[in-house]
Amino acid sequence: MTDNTAGTPLSRAWANAALPALGAIIVIGLWWGLTAALDVDPFYVPSPPDVVQSFLRTPEFLLTETWTTLQRVLIGFGIAVVLGLVIAVVLAASRTVERMTMPMLAALNAVPKVALAPLLLVWMGFGDSPKIVMVVLVSFFPIIVSTMAGLSSTPSDLRELARSLSASWWQTFVKVRLKWALPQVFVGLKVATPLAIIGAVIGEVVNPDHGLGSVIVGSGASSDTPQAFAALVLLAIVGVVLFYLMAAIERIAVPWARAIS
Amino acid sequence: MISIDGVSRSFGPVQALKDIRLEVADGEFLTLIGRSGCGKSTLLRLIGGLDRPTGGRVLVDGEEVRKPRRDVAVNFQKPALLPWRSVLENVMLPVEIFKWDRAKSREHAQYLLETTGLTGFAKRLPHELSGGMQQRVALCRTLIQRPKVMLMDEPFSALDALTREELSLELQRIHMETGTTIVFVTHSIQEAVLLADRVAVLSARPGRVKQVVDIKIPRPRSFGHNAHLEEVAKASAELHQLLLSDHMPDVAA
Repeated sequence: MTDNTAGTPLSRAWANAALPALGAIIVIGLWWGLTAALDVDPFYVPSPPDVVQSFLRTPEFLLTETWTTLQRVLIGFGIAVVLGLVIAVVLAASRTVERMTMPMLAALNAVPKVALAPLLLVWMGFGDSPKIVMVVLVSFFPIIVSTMAGLSSTPSDLRELARSLSASWWQTFVKVRLKWALPQVFVGLKVATPLAIIGAVIGEVVNPDHGLGSVIVGSGASSDTPQAFAALVLLAIVGVVLFYLMAAIERIAVPWARAIS
Repeated sequence: MISIDGVSRSFGPVQALKDIRLEVADGEFLTLIGRSGCGKSTLLRLIGGLDRPTGGRVLVDGEEVRKPRRDVAVNFQKPALLPWRSVLENVMLPVEIFKWDRAKSREHAQYLLETTGLTGFAKRLPHELSGGMQQRVALCRTLIQRPKVMLMDEPFSALDALTREELSLELQRIHMETGTTIVFVTHSIQEAVLLADRVAVLSARPGRVKQVVDIKIPRPRSFGHNAHLEEVAKASAELHQLLLSDHMPDVAA
């Protein structure tokens, strides 16, 4: 799994920090080079300096909107995690409930969430709640699926061990199955993290008030493409930071997972 | 201590065990030996209450076995350690499940780790240990239950030859010290002769007890390099003969 087979801690640190940075620099360089070489009108595709300039014109405004979106993402994601884990545990505990509800959950997940956005507007009006609900809707399903997969993947030798110790269902669940499922849970959380951001932006684009999604809609209306790009870059940065944050939490929470996979 | 009373077990049309009758005395070390697929693991699971017979019954300490008992401990082929728990926490698992006094048992756990050569590894995670050490941890986890009966299903079979010998000797020491009744499944004649008071040879399909061989070699026994070589050779030869003669018709078929 680990590709850091080559040697010293120093070279590993170099690989961990410098290589991603190098990759980003190359991509930004290409972007810049192409817009300059082809002399693209910033109205269509602004160059990196155009985007930075656009950000520097209204940094406070853009950062406030970023914070608004981030708050919606975090609240919605938090609800999705709790909801997803609870539902997964209930479904894993009872095959009857699972059979009754799984098709409906799958159907709910298959509904294009954008199509629900106007309904959320009708039900909840403007403000934060329809956006947060959209975040939950978009991101909770992978958490359920991966948690359930983890809960049903307990190795037979560990199940037999619990049985031979006459462990109760609850003891087996808490001490063995749930712990064993954690690495899988984190797979779901890492899939759900960017989805949560997508959910927030869908909510804001369909029903704009504040947040980066609304900024993009506003930029489109005023033909300010560089500002739309600045908002996109900010979204990308939020996404990357949250993803790596989740990966870091995973490393702390299940340090044993890498060793046995 | 254990009384196996006309036990049969079928899986659909396949009869895995047929009319097994065996008595295991208190403190005895019985080894079940046989070729793969002769049902020796199935028999062990029946004694442990992990499976129910389709005919006959198993008694442990005078009571019919219907489900796993807390005074009967099982060791599997795999050490079955929880990968997120340290060595000490793994050993303490039965204590937690039985809701025993942790402080008291912790001392016992420390003692067990010391006597099995795991001092200094209490805080390590299982994946940091060798296979042999992992089985030692599993052994400690069994011993902390203070079981009346230990059921062991080829616990050393995945280990290299030298580690196997070490652990067999370790088990002999434990048996001599604790006087626990042990039923030990293996396909190694060498292990059987080293450890057992009696060896029950099972034949396959349907699994039945072909013969029970007494091993009357004084303890502590050791591998090869001291007294009683003659008796060891004789017992080994007898078991070898019994096992080899078993599958002849199947090979032809």
